[in-house]
Amino acid sequence: MELSYREALNQAMREEMRRDRRIFLIGEDVAYYQGAFKVSKGFVEDFGSRRVIDTPITEAGFTGLAIGAAMAGLCPIVELMTMNFGIVALDQIVNNAAKIRYMSGGQLSVPLVIRGPGSAAHQLGAQHSQSLEAWFCHVPGLKVIAPATPHDAKGLLKSAIRDPNPVIFIEAQLLYGTKGEVQEGEFTIPIGVAEVKRAGRDVTIVAYSKMLLLALEAAEVLSREGIEAEVIDPRTLKPLDLQTIVTSVKKTGRLVIVEEGWHFCGLGAQIAESVYATAFDYLDSPIRRVTGEDVPMPYCRLLEDAALPDLPRVIEAVKSLL
Amino acid sequence: MDTADLHSLYRQMLLIRRFEEKSAEMYALAKIAGFLHLYIGEEAIAVGAVASLRPDDYVISAYRDHGHCLARGSDPGRVMAELFGKATGLCKGKGGSMHLVDLPHRFMGGYAIVGGHIPLATGLAFANKYQSLDLVTVCFFGEGALPSGQAHEAFNLAALWKLPVIYICENNRYGMGTPAERAIALYTDVAETARSYGITAESVDGMDVLAVRAAMQRVVPQVRAGHGPWFIEATTYRFMGHSMADPAHGHYRTKEEVEEYRKRDPLLLLKNTMLAQKLASEADFKQLEREVGEIVRVAVKFAEDSPFPARSDLHVDVLQE
Repeated sequence: MELSYREALNQAMREEMRRDRRIFLIGEDVAYYQGAFKVSKGFVEDFGSRRVIDTPITEAGFTGLAIGAAMAGLCPIVELMTMNFGIVALDQIVNNAAKIRYMSGGQLSVPLVIRGPGSAAHQLGAQHSQSLEAWFCHVPGLKVIAPATPHDAKGLLKSAIRDPNPVIFIEAQLLYGTKGEVQEGEFTIPIGVAEVKRAGRDVTIVAYSKMLLLALEAAEVLSREGIEAEVIDPRTLKPLDLQTIVTSVKKTGRLVIVEEGWHFCGLGAQIAESVYATAFDYLDSPIRRVTGEDVPMPYCRLLEDAALPDLPRVIEAVKSLL
Repeated sequence: MDTADLHSLYRQMLLIRRFEEKSAEMYALAKIAGFLHLYIGEEAIAVGAVASLRPDDYVISAYRDHGHCLARGSDPGRVMAELFGKATGLCKGKGGSMHLVDLPHRFMGGYAIVGGHIPLATGLAFANKYQSLDLVTVCFFGEGALPSGQAHEAFNLAALWKLPVIYICENNRYGMGTPAERAIALYTDVAETARSYGITAESVDGMDVLAVRAAMQRVVPQVRAGHGPWFIEATTYRFMGHSMADPAHGHYRTKEEVEEYRKRDPLLLLKNTMLAQKLASEADFKQLEREVGEIVRVAVKFAEDSPFPARSDLHVDVLQE
């Protein structure tokens, strides 16, 4: 069936909440407003305000509360209105959610999903337009997922909710309205498994979240010029499915990584290092990264466009390797 | 009052005191490293508060957590082994002094970012209410955590949702070396912070274990019955430095001040009460000293004799399978 990304997320949470009463949704305006981006449409009507909980605008407080509830055996889904506000809750995420299992010698568990949109939308300014996945990926004890399609969003969110660990689930404002075919009936997608989204022989492009759409668009353009790009979506950023990427690189000998986040210490740097360490001898050229520019996001559309990866830059990067 | 009860309270406070003294000794011998924050002087709060709880109630604390953990009934040997970083420690040597956890005793941990565990406590209470369990959560923290944003956010949520949590503020007057009057605007009545969120709040003499217990005997049933959160300020004093890194009094307070507070040593207060009411004799206290001394001796021997974790344990428990 065709669903929007937003509807796919809604279905995933709805199915899981029907299955398990330990699951509840908590966050700013998730109940009666139905979520800032309407992801929890109809939830408070179906599950009641006991399980769909509006909070005050205090991310550290309610994220910490959710972690405590998870320690006591519940399975909270925390909706951050945007991932930017996760910075306010970063102490709870890094020092508590990620470390409690390890610090307790395996006595405590934190089965928790923290989800919300990351990356830039259009002209929302510097504080609402950033891709923080590299921050979360840096921290041992967290899993990080950033699906690009409605099907992946549904299957991975269900897996995230069932996972006994804290999972950061990064959506994107510009993806919520996108549509795609979603498998009928009950299914999940395993965490930590990439997918080849387009097969090709000449170059591998790794891209996730919104950037997958850009990579596929680039592959289409390149194909018309006789260049066949293989496009891989890691889907899960941590743990990273390096094997699928390396298998492709061994075939193509070339790798371009497209990410929206800042260049310096970005996730692509880690992916490149992992590929160099595993498949250096198979590379015919250095790995290229197409990234966001190292600037706070400007408001002006012209400057904002200049700060983000775009089609010409991806195509140029690919061609530079051939 | 039941004589056996008083003996038990004294014995628990004595165990914490001797355990902490031994810890300091072991630190000096480099058997324990890193940060070590002793609970000496504050024993009446943990012991008096925990005495009114059921075994399935939750307790959570900050980094000065040995006393709460021991009061909850944790095996002193496993606590000492954790301080030694041994595989037999409560957390298999991965937590250390500031991060003790003992799930079977519902001790949900010590946390070392000031104020950061107060939302966790609130979440434990949330889970109990969500599941319609009649459990209470007791959250210990120092007065230094009171001005933190996370404390305020948690108080607001607890009051808003009437959560069954008891916040116990151990006001030992100093956040490391900074006195409360230079850190907390409402330092003359820190309980006012909680009241401003609509939380019932009171102050109790934290040197008097019977006063702490009496307060908790009143408060716990109220909170258990679903009447919302409670805040108790327990006024106290730490007789030692903030951690092993500073001496007992330091530059920020005088030796005379420390000596003055030592006259109200919680162990001394209870002992004097028991002697005055002829509920115990000097011989009884000598006997308790022998018993507790033996427990601590055995705890240290257990820690000494235990193996360190294997290198292969390094990556275990980062994630749950």
